[in-house]
Amino acid sequence: MRTFWFTEDAYPNLPPQDEYDSIRVDLPNANFDPVKGNELYNWYLDLWCMAEEKGLDIMNNEHHQTATCMVPAAPLMLAILARETSKARLLILGNPISNRRNPIRVAEEMAMIDVLSKGRLECGFVRGVPYEAQPANRTPQRGSQRLWEAHDMIMKAWTTHDGPFNYEGRWFHGRQINIWPRPYQQPAPPVWITMGGRSSTTPVARHKHTGAVFLAGYPRIREIFDGYRADYLEIHGEHAPFDRLAYLGLVYVADNETKAREGAEKLLWYMTANKVPGHWSNPPGYHPPKVAAQIMKGARGGAGIPLVADLDDQMARGNVFAGTPDQVYEQIKSFWEYSGGFGNMLMMGQAGFVTHEETERSMELYASEVFPRLKELEASTTPAEAWEKSKAMKLRDNVPLDGFALEFVR
Amino acid sequence: MDASTETLDLPQGKITVSRKGSGPQLLLLHGGGGPVINFPFADKLAESFEVISPTHPGFNGTPVPDHFDWMSDLVHFYLDVLDALKIDKAVVMGFSMGGWLAAELASISCDRFSRLILVDAVGVKHGGPTDRDIADVFSLPAPALAKIMWHDPSKAPDLGAMTDEQIEMIAANRSALGLYTWEPYMHNPKLRHWLHRIDIPTLLIWGASDGLVTPAYGEKYAKLIPGARFVTIPEAGHSPQGEQPEKFVTEVMRFIGEGVSA
Repeated sequence: MRTFWFTEDAYPNLPPQDEYDSIRVDLPNANFDPVKGNELYNWYLDLWCMAEEKGLDIMNNEHHQTATCMVPAAPLMLAILARETSKARLLILGNPISNRRNPIRVAEEMAMIDVLSKGRLECGFVRGVPYEAQPANRTPQRGSQRLWEAHDMIMKAWTTHDGPFNYEGRWFHGRQINIWPRPYQQPAPPVWITMGGRSSTTPVARHKHTGAVFLAGYPRIREIFDGYRADYLEIHGEHAPFDRLAYLGLVYVADNETKAREGAEKLLWYMTANKVPGHWSNPPGYHPPKVAAQIMKGARGGAGIPLVADLDDQMARGNVFAGTPDQVYEQIKSFWEYSGGFGNMLMMGQAGFVTHEETERSMELYASEVFPRLKELEASTTPAEAWEKSKAMKLRDNVPLDGFALEFVR
Repeated sequence: MDASTETLDLPQGKITVSRKGSGPQLLLLHGGGGPVINFPFADKLAESFEVISPTHPGFNGTPVPDHFDWMSDLVHFYLDVLDALKIDKAVVMGFSMGGWLAAELASISCDRFSRLILVDAVGVKHGGPTDRDIADVFSLPAPALAKIMWHDPSKAPDLGAMTDEQIEMIAANRSALGLYTWEPYMHNPKLRHWLHRIDIPTLLIWGASDGLVTPAYGEKYAKLIPGARFVTIPEAGHSPQGEQPEKFVTEVMRFIGEGVSA
């Protein structure tokens, strides 16, 4: 079991929410104070370094034109961390390669980070959330197909060592591709892909890549993880190791329940701040017509995300794990067993106005009192056993869904 | 008047075609809202023409061929469609995105057409890089969209009065519109250099209140096509055929009559 500590690097110092229409795409950058930004960048980097000191691995990501995430270039942050850290695995989840114009640039950047860090890169690729369509000016149509073509091109660039090749695909074209440097890890850095539903599991399993699921909770985790495991078993004739599956949840650990609730409520900023109108969350061709129609009707509040997220509800769904170390262990254990097991906990441990002290204490308690027990939990069983055991559990699909998970999974 | 509908199986994919009326051919190329053959203006025109209205792949629930990415795919698909429909000396009338398609086809060859009518068409860019020649419809909330699309925004479709199936159809059509027009947005940068090849009588009809592509945009468009005439229809937005059907049909018939009497 590994835990990758994650913060999305928010810029939370915004005007009251009723004074703007959207936190993404068109919120004027006059709202961004570069002096505050400098302070925040350095603070977030400090938090990641602290995570390494506590025995955790590191995860970062990127978004564009949004105060929810100040990092439009995740490789830059990861390059700094490659130099500032020495042990932690460095997970970027991920490079939005459906929207990138040049996959070879991505292959080069990732190879550089892998060499700089002595082979600590875990390289994620994502399709990108719907609000990325406008900033990237990339059509949302056929985004998954584009992702896989860019993936193939990058893998070939990483693993070709005997001189140039040309790549002439449907969307991407390269001439005399011969990247310098090549990756440190051979034959290639581990690859992660986000999975949003059963339909996205097969190619991830075929490549034996790690499939990551964000905030799908009890209602959808089995559909996705079971799909991946079934595909993996069918294609490769063996069970998927635990380390091929990952789950991202919000995690807050405190010394007592009162503090835990306070901190977890603050962490929910990640959800409640995501005010996005339908025209940004519903670019043409991103969602299937049924989902697009719901957004057009306003049935899902435009972005489909509850701006008033209830902590108990989010905990019941398995999106938030919060409490004392014992409580958080029991919550994650329950979800882990129900899900059939996974080897990577992606821990969103800071968001919004969660302070340095709160973040550090939560990280410390997690690393010293929760994480060791999760490692024991994983070591106590096998992927085949854990899967069998989960199949015997009653499906918990009674939690109403409003599309919340869907918006975040890519 | 009911239309008859058939599906053609062509080398690149299938297309649904509706027809009504009889007489000389009038080819309707619909815009981003989907087929308009059941609108009152089309019934009126069907009294004088065989109105032929193909549904662009992706609209009204029809499948999109796997290799389609952009407007150029639709243009080359339509070369097959024109052959299959035996289009001969047809009046070709394109609305908005369908106007762009009509202008592209006429720039390739006018052999199958007698006249070209572009209605609030997109497809070209006149201004500089930061001039928003064509309103960014994918970036506007519904009320703002209604305001630029309609002279009288109260006539805009009310999603609240629709069934889920109807709204899904609108969502699917919006997706198809995005497929053909996302980037470069609603225009082909090369088209303006090809329009000089159009050598048939051409009329551009514009809703005087169109805010998606303004009458000023339409006037400049007309100047790129040799001999093209430009008219506006008052109290109409982006769809004068829907908002002012009688005035619209009058302009169309006047234009077609001009040739006959000349």
